[in-house]
Amino acid sequence: MTDAIISIRNITKRFGQVVAVDNISFDIPTNEFFALLGPSGCGKTTLLRMISGLENPTEGAIILDGVDTTGIPPNRRPVNMVFQSYAVFPHMNVLENVGYGLKVVGTPKSEIETRARDALQKVQLPELAERMPDQLSGGQRQRVALARALVKEPKVLLLDEPLSALDAKLREQMRLELANLQASVGITFIIVTHDQDEALSMADRIAVMDSGRVSQIATPEELYESPKTRFVADFIGKVNLLDGTVGSAGGKQITINVDGVGQLKVPLEGDAPSGEVAVAIRPEKLKLSSRKPAGDDVKIQGKVVNLAYYGNASHVFLETDSGLPMTANVQNDTRDFEGAIDVGDKTWISWRPDDALVLTE
Amino acid sequence: MESWKTNRFVFWVMSLPGTFWLLVFFLVPMSLVWIMSFGEKTGILTIDITWTLENYIRSTETVYLEIIWKSVWVSALATIACLLIAYPIAFAISFAPNRWKPWLLLAVILPFWINLLIRTYALIAVFRTRGFVNFSLEWLWDGANSILNFVGLGQFQLLGERFEALPLLYNNGAVIAGIVYVFMPFMVLPLYANIEKLDKSYLEASLDLGASHVRTFWSIVVPLTMPGIISGIILVFIPALGSFLIPDLLGGTNAQMIGNVIERQFKAANDWPFGSALSFLLMYATFGALALRAVLSREGGGMNA
Repeated sequence: MTDAIISIRNITKRFGQVVAVDNISFDIPTNEFFALLGPSGCGKTTLLRMISGLENPTEGAIILDGVDTTGIPPNRRPVNMVFQSYAVFPHMNVLENVGYGLKVVGTPKSEIETRARDALQKVQLPELAERMPDQLSGGQRQRVALARALVKEPKVLLLDEPLSALDAKLREQMRLELANLQASVGITFIIVTHDQDEALSMADRIAVMDSGRVSQIATPEELYESPKTRFVADFIGKVNLLDGTVGSAGGKQITINVDGVGQLKVPLEGDAPSGEVAVAIRPEKLKLSSRKPAGDDVKIQGKVVNLAYYGNASHVFLETDSGLPMTANVQNDTRDFEGAIDVGDKTWISWRPDDALVLTE
Repeated sequence: MESWKTNRFVFWVMSLPGTFWLLVFFLVPMSLVWIMSFGEKTGILTIDITWTLENYIRSTETVYLEIIWKSVWVSALATIACLLIAYPIAFAISFAPNRWKPWLLLAVILPFWINLLIRTYALIAVFRTRGFVNFSLEWLWDGANSILNFVGLGQFQLLGERFEALPLLYNNGAVIAGIVYVFMPFMVLPLYANIEKLDKSYLEASLDLGASHVRTFWSIVVPLTMPGIISGIILVFIPALGSFLIPDLLGGTNAQMIGNVIERQFKAANDWPFGSALSFLLMYATFGALALRAVLSREGGGMNA
């Protein structure tokens, strides 16, 4: 990629014997909203801190806007960070906090005031400029941290779990606001999160990380609909995974032998795999019916083991006749769903062959 | 069941030992000394409480004000020296690996477990004319001189004809050094407690926003550790102001502090009323300083320790 604002090249970070980040390489283009997603301890925060300069990579280099950042301390990198704890300085008021990053590099006083107030406008906090941090709510403090970073006009803005400390309602609202803010300021955002919804709803592209490695980098739709590995399929949303072995491959289809289920036809993209694989089907793609469905759909028989009601949808926990657990998401699009299906009911489980996916890793 | 926190009886029983202690060993003796400061010496062993202000008037004589003023600046210098030495120590301990911290703290507290008298006498052995500092300096002088001789410059006596021992003991410098040495833990511990609980992400945020390490120290670390700095200053300055053993042993005749004068009134001079008045003069000054600090910290936006 030629217009990459940031280029991660073979980055490895070891803490003693522990490998936190294991030989990662990828590029992020200008003006992208990029998410590093993964469970805790997967190395995503370490990677973010290496971009900021607060940690140094053991091996590899980070190229920022064409400049190798190796050896450049954090205070001389054109990147700024919004910390998980916000780290809003408690002994300065909001305006002083936002202006701090300009003051320390010798920006004239009058300019600091104008730019700081501008930044507060961007995060919709202009009226709180004189408040002290202990008079602010968590959400407001976060906006101060955002304004404080944005006022520096960084080439890349780093956000470390920015929404984790907010309550659910506010979090949803901030997701939208962050996405809008990113679009309006035109700065590359890199956000670290363990929350898949957060990443899916905000980011242009997501890197899913697992044990210090990147499992897949893709758009939210690609990650959800075409995960490359079991880990990604399982981490992003819920998935039914059926273990099997590759039977025959022909044309654009492949047959997978799943124990107790039989042969499943799955569409094939690219080269035919061989050996042990898994068939992945999202729960909302399963259809349940009491009578055997007609047509080419894959159909297996099972029974309802448990039900979980979520208002707009219900999770139906199933067990196939051969004993495999499966989960279906059923939209409660009529008001009498609960009466229509019950624990213990025999049911046909079916899905379109195109909705299943073969995972080799 | 009623919580013990809201049970008045439990509350009174629990606070009894502390109240008893404060009353019998602090308030009552202090009151006696306070009353005595308004007394008159009428015989070798008899004192009449006449509510005279004579003792206070006498204690504002120039000779006493001078020695109080000298005690203040000696203590102030010692406190500043303590702060300058203790801050890096506290900082280093706070940033040391976790398994080292208890040992480093122990090293700070360890001298504290040794009797003050012994520690002060040990300092005499270090500072006196034939003491360890002068021995070391003499050794260096000898070494330097033999090098000069070796390179053929011996005849110029560049370092003087013979080694002159430095007068390190029995002056204000020795008293300040003694106070710094004895009261160092009182400065290190509150500073350490404050730096330790300081959220390190403030420092990272400051660096991230473009501040140098030096700038971060002055703009972020110092203001945020101010409660610890103030506590440390109070914990060192107040006892330093009243110290008498250290100036007595290390100070000689010219480096007496107000504590020595007070001690003399109670012992050699046998003038308890005057000694009491001097003590309370010091006490009023201390209360004044503490009150000032309380007012200042309230204005500072509730950042008190």
